[in-house]
Amino acid sequence: MARIELKDVVKRYGSVEVLRDIDLDIEDGEFIVLVGPSGCGKSTLLRMIAGLEPITSGDFLIDGERMNDVRPRDRDIAMVFQSYALYPHMDVARNMGFSMEIRKDPSNERMSRVKQAAETLGLTSLTERLPKALSGGQRQRVAMGRAIIRDPRAFLFDEPLSNLDASLRVEMRLEIARLHQKLGATMIYVTHDQVEALTLADRIVVLNGGDIQQVGSPLDLYERPANKFVAQFIGSPTMNIIPVQGNSNGVKLADGTLLELPHLFGTIDAVELGMRPEHIDVVEVGDLVGVADVVEHLGSDTNLYLQVEGLGPLMVREHGNIPVQPGDRVGLRIQSENIHLFGPDGNALRCPTKEAAA
Amino acid sequence: MATAQSRPLLTIGKYAALLGYLSFALFPLYWLLKIAITPDQLIFSEGTQLWPSSLTLDNFRTVLFQTDFLAYFGNSLYVSLGTAAATTLIAAGAGYAFSRFDFGGKRIIIAAMLITQMFPLLMIIAPIYKIVASLGMLNSLTSLIVVYTAFNIPFATFLMQSFFDGIPKDLEEAAMMDGCSRFQALRKVIFPLTLPGLGATLGFVFTAAWSELLFALMLISKNEAMTFPVGLLTFVSKFSVDWGQMMAAGVLALIPSCLFFIFIQRYLVQGLTSGAVKG
Repeated sequence: MARIELKDVVKRYGSVEVLRDIDLDIEDGEFIVLVGPSGCGKSTLLRMIAGLEPITSGDFLIDGERMNDVRPRDRDIAMVFQSYALYPHMDVARNMGFSMEIRKDPSNERMSRVKQAAETLGLTSLTERLPKALSGGQRQRVAMGRAIIRDPRAFLFDEPLSNLDASLRVEMRLEIARLHQKLGATMIYVTHDQVEALTLADRIVVLNGGDIQQVGSPLDLYERPANKFVAQFIGSPTMNIIPVQGNSNGVKLADGTLLELPHLFGTIDAVELGMRPEHIDVVEVGDLVGVADVVEHLGSDTNLYLQVEGLGPLMVREHGNIPVQPGDRVGLRIQSENIHLFGPDGNALRCPTKEAAA
Repeated sequence: MATAQSRPLLTIGKYAALLGYLSFALFPLYWLLKIAITPDQLIFSEGTQLWPSSLTLDNFRTVLFQTDFLAYFGNSLYVSLGTAAATTLIAAGAGYAFSRFDFGGKRIIIAAMLITQMFPLLMIIAPIYKIVASLGMLNSLTSLIVVYTAFNIPFATFLMQSFFDGIPKDLEEAAMMDGCSRFQALRKVIFPLTLPGLGATLGFVFTAAWSELLFALMLISKNEAMTFPVGLLTFVSKFSVDWGQMMAAGVLALIPSCLFFIFIQRYLVQGLTSGAVKG
């Protein structure tokens, strides 16, 4: 159980700054997901929390205690590695009990904890096997067993599911969610997979280029992205972004269409408009007309890739199965209450709504 | 059809090639043994026959009980084991450092070690002799251990480094997260996985020291400090060569090398690290 704080944390390799001014408060028992494209520094940040990577400057605290220079073994944090990192010369039981062995806990206590963990993770029949005789999913479970066995203050996960196949990944994701509910421990999870981030996290930290872009709950990030990067990174399929001109009562699209935004108040100085594919409706007569380029029928949804004259490509996701063929002309209506506006610096504009003003 | 017919031919060809290679490689060993068990009077009269008409163990008896062979043998064992142990210990430490840490001068040290491997040993025999002589260590087995260790360390270090490189860094980090200090992680996790590497290095250095002649010949002149390869030369007298005894001594000298490799071969088996990380 732990509260973790990062204050102005910086990581530099020589003159290259890989993380800048990271400020993050993680509540006790919170599930935090660090997400971002590869090279954004998310794994480095996790390794700094683990103590495997020195912190260049700033403060890192666990329960108010400064931990910058504390060795990994004394931080009482467990970590699950992407590669699992099981000890190949030890059987499953010894792998799981290794931390207690090092701590010189009494062996009968160790045995019973190992047995308990093996039951929790469905590994009871495998405890005497060596890692090489296990499948990928089983190895992943052993790695988790090794982490939960000693009841650490916090858990770190470094892309734990990226080596598993798709169906196993879904299964293990559920297992991790269950584990968090059961243990109620602080967990920090690194992934580049936004589905994992959206399904597991209490709060998501979006990183890009060494900076925190936004911290918020999954719905926060989806509904109120702080900038263009977060808007396009979170949500699948990706948000459409088109250039616009701000206007007193709406925005003017590149083809001259005026999109009225009656719920907003004041002058809108937006340069770009973001619309999620699920927030554009296919209608008889709408604001725009597009020509279907590619149509994907997914059963539950239909994805339309359209060309709109004067605007360029747009992607639309419509619920259910709609009878559109490539080459068809389709009327489109933008759900004006669900649009996102971005200023010249790429940050989202928070225009006051009429309700708020009233 | 064509492929079905060529397959047995291919198999036969493969085994024939293997057999050819094996007989080529093992023939000198066979000849060594054959001459060792041929009675002296038959060596020249039946010289080229594949199998002598009568056998004897006299040569072995003479070598073991009437020459200083056992003393040479003991000296060689002492020098080779000492060299193998010292070299492997130092090379393991250096290899681990090269594999895991970044430190100032690392590239320079590696370059210097490579350079030492590039020129012939003959060039430095005289200076080594002078150094050892001025230290008063001529005719001592310790001087041989020191010199052999110095010459074997660069190669052994590169060998050990490549073994350490083959062990994922994640394993040590996982051990450290599990509560180990770096040294504990090394001892409990990395060391057991490096056994094949240690075995290979020990074996390599042992054999190199066991068969070394040049330095042993230069630095040792007293009979009681001679190693086996130098001692073997005593079978060559001014007017004749005692072939039978020399070969018998050679056969006996093969024994420790063979025993050593039988002992370490289980550590040389690959695949000890499989299952550690996703493979």
